[in-house]
Parts: sequence; C-alpha cells; structure tokens
Amino acid sequence: MDRLLNVTTGLSVLLLILVLGSLRRAHIRVEYSVSWLLAGLALLVLSRNQSFLQTIARTMGVVDAPVALLMIAGAVFLLMFFRFSVIISHLRDDNIALAQRVAILEYRIQSLQSGDGN
Amino acid sequence: MTAPATTDALLVIVPAFNEAGAIAEVVGSVHKHVPGVPVLVIDDGSVDETAAKARCAGAEVLPLPHHLGLGGCVQAGYKLAFELGFEYVIRVDGDGQHDARDILRVLDKLKTSGCEMVIGSRFLNSSGIQTGVARWLGICLFRLVLRPILGKPVRDPTSGFVGVNRRALQVFSRSFPLEYPEIETLVVLQRRKFRFEEVPCQMRPRLAGRSSITAFKSLYYITHVLLGVFVNILKYEGRVRRATESAAKQGD
Repeated sequence: MDRLLNVTTGLSVLLLILVLGSLRRAHIRVEYSVSWLLAGLALLVLSRNQSFLQTIARTMGVVDAPVALLMIAGAVFLLMFFRFSVIISHLRDDNIALAQRVAILEYRIQSLQSGDGN
Repeated sequence: MTAPATTDALLVIVPAFNEAGAIAEVVGSVHKHVPGVPVLVIDDGSVDETAAKARCAGAEVLPLPHHLGLGGCVQAGYKLAFELGFEYVIRVDGDGQHDARDILRVLDKLKTSGCEMVIGSRFLNSSGIQTGVARWLGICLFRLVLRPILGKPVRDPTSGFVGVNRRALQVFSRSFPLEYPEIETLVVLQRRKFRFEEVPCQMRPRLAGRSSITAFKSLYYITHVLLGVFVNILKYEGRVRRATESAAKQGD
C-alpha cells in the first residue's frame, strides 16, 4: 500500500511541476491550469494522509484505500476530460463562425475593391 | 457578385474540397443549363487548384481560411447568400455527380410548392446510377428512422442536391449541422414546421476524385448522423418546453 501511495505521490508532484512549468512558459492559460492544479493537489493530499484516505474508502465501501484513491483520481480526470471536451466544442464552433465571417468579409472587401459594390 | 436585382433571385452554391478535376465542368454545366444565374464555389481550404479553376470557369469563389468540413462550408455559402439578399439557393456538389439540368426542376418546385426545401432525389427516377450496397442499406435505415420524425417518407435523405428558399436560408445561416448536414437539416426544418418536397434527379458517377465517405467511415457516419438527429430533437423540445414555461410565468 505504501509503495502505491508513494507512486501516486510522485505522480501528483510530477503533475504539479509540469503544470506550473507550463504556466511559467505560458504554454497553458491560467484558467485551464486550475483544474489540473486542484487535481494534483487533491491527489497529493490523499496520497500523504492515509487516515483521511481510509475514511473516504470506508465511506465508498472500498476495502483497499489505494483502490479508492485510484477510483477518485480516475473519476476526477474523466470529469476534467469532459470539461475540456465542452471547451473544445465551444472553441470549434467559434472557430468555424469566425472563419466563415473572415471569408465573407474578405469576399465583400474584394468585391468592393473590384467595383462590384455589394 | 452583386446583390440580386430581382426579388426571386437564385444562387447556385458549390461546396468544394480538392475538386480541381471536376469543378470547371460543374461550373460550366451550370452556366450552360441555367444561364445568367451566379455560381458561388465555396473552397473549403483545398490544396489543389480548385479555386483557380472555378474562377477561370466563371464562378465566384468564396475561399475559406481553412478546412471547415462540409457543413461549415455549405453554411458559409448560405450566410453570404442570405446577406446578399438571394431568395433561393440551390446546392450542387463539386464532384460532378449532379446534373445541372435538374436545377430548374428544383427551382420550379421551390417556387410552385412554397415549401422551404426541395431535395433532388435519385430514387424517384429509375434512370441514372443508384448507389452502392452499403450506402443503400444506410439510406434504408435513415428512411426508417426519419419516417416517424418527419411525418412523411423521404426517399433520398442523403442527397446533397438541395434547394432552399429564404426562410430556410435564414434558419441555416444561424444554425446548421456542421459535419454531415443532409439528414440533420431535415430534422431542423421539421422541428420548425417547415416543409420539404422531393423531385427526381439524375445522379452520375463522380467526374474526378473519391468520395470522402469511405467504407471504413460508414459506421462512424451512421452513428454520428443518428446521434445528431436525436440531439436536434432533444434540443428543440427543450427549447419549446423552456419557452412554454417562460410564457406561463409571464402569464402569471
């Protein structure tokens, strides 16, 4: 159990370093980093606080505390992926609308310049 | 292309992606059979000479900044047509499968029936090529699914040979299915109590290139379209329910 919790601790620290490093280099926007930082911190706290983790595991009806931790981590990441899918869908819609608008405006500017005048 | 001078002006739009091998003939054929009608080729980020060849053939070209997919491409044409004030828009595929002689039949049906959309159907006429077995099965499935939703049979729900009037144009300018639009647009129209009709048309083999819907993509296509159909129904029913609740609250 300790070894597995050490692994999740390492992973959460790695995740935090990765996100903070990306933030520093402006590879990720602050608003999109918050979810990852919270997930990393939650994973770290649960990995290091065994009594808290066991309480949660008992509440969930899971005998093995690390299994509960992995379940929580999996659920959190699934929710985050869903959230990002929603964001990507919005961005895609916006991108299409913008591309259409740019194309139409360019077309109309060229028509004006060539004297069609629409 | 200028804003139309008449109130019942027609625009033919041709969504095209890498159709350099066929586009000139498509445009030429439209000009030959429907003289005087402007042709707008919407170039969906082609990497070949589609735009140049369309211009040489006498078409107006609306080049998109990058590839948007069929729905985004067609909607760009609808938006421009609506802004310029066209009353009717007929979409013809850029691969040469549609016979330009059928454009007038679609236009005539749009004008005489008063319905919002007219589909050129290859299955109302026994002549002309039909389709492959896999696509035929898909079409049969879509017919079965759409029959109770639309309240009337549709023979060729996947046809890209479609004419719309200004009322439909207004709706499609705001909201249009973006990936595989043909079937979902029927549901969008039906939810707004708009009507559609079908007229027989000829389908020919592609003049050049290959269909974007390969055998491998067919399953994804069917799943995507079916999901899109049901999402459109749910979206509309949700809007109607919210509008009814809002009206009831205001009444109180």
